[in-house]
Amino acid sequence: MGSRSLLPIAFTLLMGVPALAQGPTYGIGRTPTAEEIRARDISIGPTGEELPPGKGSAREGAIAYRTKGCAGCHGAAGIDGSAPILKSRNPTNPNVWARGRILPLRAPFATTVWDYINRGMPLNREGTLTPDEVYALTAYLLFINGVIPEDQVLDQQSLPQVKMPLGDNYASLPDWKPRTPRLKGYPY
Amino acid sequence: MGARRPARREFLKTGAALAGGLTLGAAAPALGQAPAQPPMIRGERDGEIGYGARSKHVTSARIPHGGRPSPDAFGLTFHVATPLQDSVGVITPSSLHYFATTRGAFLPDIDPRQHTLLIHGLVDRPLTFTVDDVKRLPSVTRLHFIECAGNRASRRAKTVQETHGMTSNAEWTGVLLSTLLKECGLKGSATWFVAEGAEEVKGASSMPIAKAMDDCIVAYAMNGEPVRPQNGFPLRLMVPGFEGIFHTKWLQRIKLVDRYYMNYNDFGHLDQDHKVAALDYQIGPKSVITFPSGEQRLPGKGFYEISGLAWSGGGAIAQVEVSVDGGKKWHKAEFRGTPQRMAHCRFAYAWNWDGNETEIMSRCVDDVGQAQPTREQIAKYWNRPYDQTFSVPGLDNSIQPWRIASDGSVTNGLA
Repeated sequence: MGSRSLLPIAFTLLMGVPALAQGPTYGIGRTPTAEEIRARDISIGPTGEELPPGKGSAREGAIAYRTKGCAGCHGAAGIDGSAPILKSRNPTNPNVWARGRILPLRAPFATTVWDYINRGMPLNREGTLTPDEVYALTAYLLFINGVIPEDQVLDQQSLPQVKMPLGDNYASLPDWKPRTPRLKGYPY
Repeated sequence: MGARRPARREFLKTGAALAGGLTLGAAAPALGQAPAQPPMIRGERDGEIGYGARSKHVTSARIPHGGRPSPDAFGLTFHVATPLQDSVGVITPSSLHYFATTRGAFLPDIDPRQHTLLIHGLVDRPLTFTVDDVKRLPSVTRLHFIECAGNRASRRAKTVQETHGMTSNAEWTGVLLSTLLKECGLKGSATWFVAEGAEEVKGASSMPIAKAMDDCIVAYAMNGEPVRPQNGFPLRLMVPGFEGIFHTKWLQRIKLVDRYYMNYNDFGHLDQDHKVAALDYQIGPKSVITFPSGEQRLPGKGFYEISGLAWSGGGAIAQVEVSVDGGKKWHKAEFRGTPQRMAHCRFAYAWNWDGNETEIMSRCVDDVGQAQPTREQIAKYWNRPYDQTFSVPGLDNSIQPWRIASDGSVTNGLA
């Protein structure tokens, strides 16, 4: 039974008023340790602040791509498998959107590619890749799409710095408000 | 037994039984041949005393959606659609509730005593809640639909299960997400949150904080019992009115952040056009006739109650209209029950079919003023040619016509 200190409740009662506007109301739930949060937090945002230590380049990634089974579903060249393609068939089109729905090309941040591989790959062995392998695979996929050079090492610092081809050329979302139509001026 | 029947029939004839209504299985015509006594379900059948089962004569079932088998050769489950053609009222039985997985998945077999929900990030006090903790907090119980973005009209689809079966409606019980977030103390910089499930891909979606504080529910029950594993046992995040994928199943973590986080599921929502992107979150106003619908057959001309479902991600349904002449004239339908916000509501329209070929359809308006369009109207708005190749941008909420042939057979009006 994880119950936090009853002190805040006692304090509130002593005050006799809801003085702690920011304080807990029910005192239910347990305070997790910093290590616990770190271990569970696999949401890698655009700044990359959650990235774990590790590093890898496309050279190691090319090996991991074969040994970790990626090629089995995505094809040896990333375009000839049963799973979604990982390399554009139309790589020179100046419009990135026209190059296809390809994660390492269309993701607005390299951190999105890292997050995706780390969570969801490889099929049926999710969560088994080491941070070095995820850095290396990310580097490999960015390399085969012409985003970074083959020898570039990706790590906590360099990964979030990668300039992705999409840039900010994607739709931002409207401010969501309750009880409003989903798109202003759209009658349907 | 047989010998006693005439005497019993005599008894019924006297009319004495009509007062009590006690005659089991003999809702029989008082005159003429009484139906034979049906066989009895005797004793306990496969644990049915402990947990009841439906009649063996009722066979309504979910089907894999979009042609992909589920489970597939690897045992992964994919999208499975609700048999809306058999639906009555507004509650989808939990056993028939549609479910979908991100890319095909095994079902997590979660021990609720081991499961926790971590809320962290831009909060004053990160907290871990056990399932029992969540159940101690003030609860809400609400009807809500969920609909998959893949619930699209198609010329190839034959039944309403195929055209619209990726939506279902249940009564959900849980704690408002805002209750949990207030307990943690939101920092002013928290403008988005990321919700994550416990399945193998740890599916994660970014959502605006305004939605979290408005009506999201961390649900532990559906239709009066714990949420089913296929629908997220032991905790599911309900995001009323948003596309199905946001309703994070097997909810294990919520992280408060200061921007759209572009995690796993977010990549799939990227769009070039801001209008399409805006239409890819909240479900539009939508309705469909479930009876009579594709592959059903009317036995002959005469009276029928046309029945269907209407819903909107923007609020409650304000009005449903039905046309029985291919969309020339529209008639107001009646509600069966009071429409709830972001929930299926049942509508009905009394119809005398003259036996001639025709087309029937429904349309609705919600309480924020959005109206369900025809596919032609949508094409016109987007300035695109309306032909067989036209695909509705964003989530498809177009009007579904059913064609009734003079022999009473019903087919997809888009085919």
